[in-house]
Amino acid sequence: MKHNVYVYIIIMALVTYLIRMLPLAVLRKELKSRFLRSFLYYVPFVSLSVMTFPQILYATGSPALGALAMALSIGLSLAGVGLDIVALCSCLAVYLASLL
Amino acid sequence: MQLENRKSFIKGLKDSVPIMLGYFAVSFTLGINASAHGLSWLEAGLMSFLNHTSAGQAAGIAMIANDDSYLSVALSQAVINLRYLLMSAALALKLKKDTSLGLRLSMSYVVSDEIFGISALQKAPLNGWYNIGSMAAASPGWVLGTILGAVMGNVLRPDITMALSVALYSMFIAVVFPPIRHNAFLAVVVSASMALSYAFSVIKALSGISYGIKVILITIALSAFFAIIRPIEEQDNEA
Repeated sequence: MKHNVYVYIIIMALVTYLIRMLPLAVLRKELKSRFLRSFLYYVPFVSLSVMTFPQILYATGSPALGALAMALSIGLSLAGVGLDIVALCSCLAVYLASLL
Repeated sequence: MQLENRKSFIKGLKDSVPIMLGYFAVSFTLGINASAHGLSWLEAGLMSFLNHTSAGQAAGIAMIANDDSYLSVALSQAVINLRYLLMSAALALKLKKDTSLGLRLSMSYVVSDEIFGISALQKAPLNGWYNIGSMAAASPGWVLGTILGAVMGNVLRPDITMALSVALYSMFIAVVFPPIRHNAFLAVVVSASMALSYAFSVIKALSGISYGIKVILITIALSAFFAIIRPIEEQDNEA
């Protein structure tokens, strides 16, 4: 390698930190625009949904186990179970189902 | 005031225990990947400590092994991690107005998919100490997992790693679904997002698009679409 690994790492860290920091440091006032407020309200729902599906189906190597984890997690979430318990139950269910 | 910060910190810490476990499993495989690409455990661990981004780091590791230019590595990180810009903006609006610059700069250290997920859906206004507590629990899982993965390779039994691999996704679900009980329209938002995400992964012309770009494209397009057809009322703002 001609380039220095630590320089690579520092560059990656700086770029990533700037992206995370700028909005938090700069955006201070209540947003006037109803569109922007609505847009940002929907961002977490859309982005987390996109990151969950279909990736959860591929996570274990078995789409059936992924679907099981997904169905169980949705059911428990809608029943009002807390997030740590949901994650734990889902892992446990996948483990037990993989033994079958 | 002090007490409130302390309570937020502890709540963040508690809520992030599953994130820590999920991170451990994911970063363990990232560590294995890093050592396979010729990085030392120290380099892999430092990268995790300074970045906390699975997709970005995976791309970075491949580019470092390939001896790519510094500029192209910087650009790839900017693109893959651009979604954090949207996430930080969403957090900034939720944050207590009198939050100090120091706390703003500190909580920016880790705005990851997962920490964003749990903090974005806290009741507004958000106390930044919640995020500090959250990263205090999650970060060690991420860094230690990477180092152990790089040092020890495949010591976790494969069936354990496999079971842990669904933890992150189950947490996303546990964040996104409960608000549907109070706002049924969110079911449409979530279903449309998942359907479009699925379409991107199966339609040939779209499946070559990288993970980071896909998240950005769909998030911008759908959030804008729903903001137009269904702008939020004032009282929705706290969800």
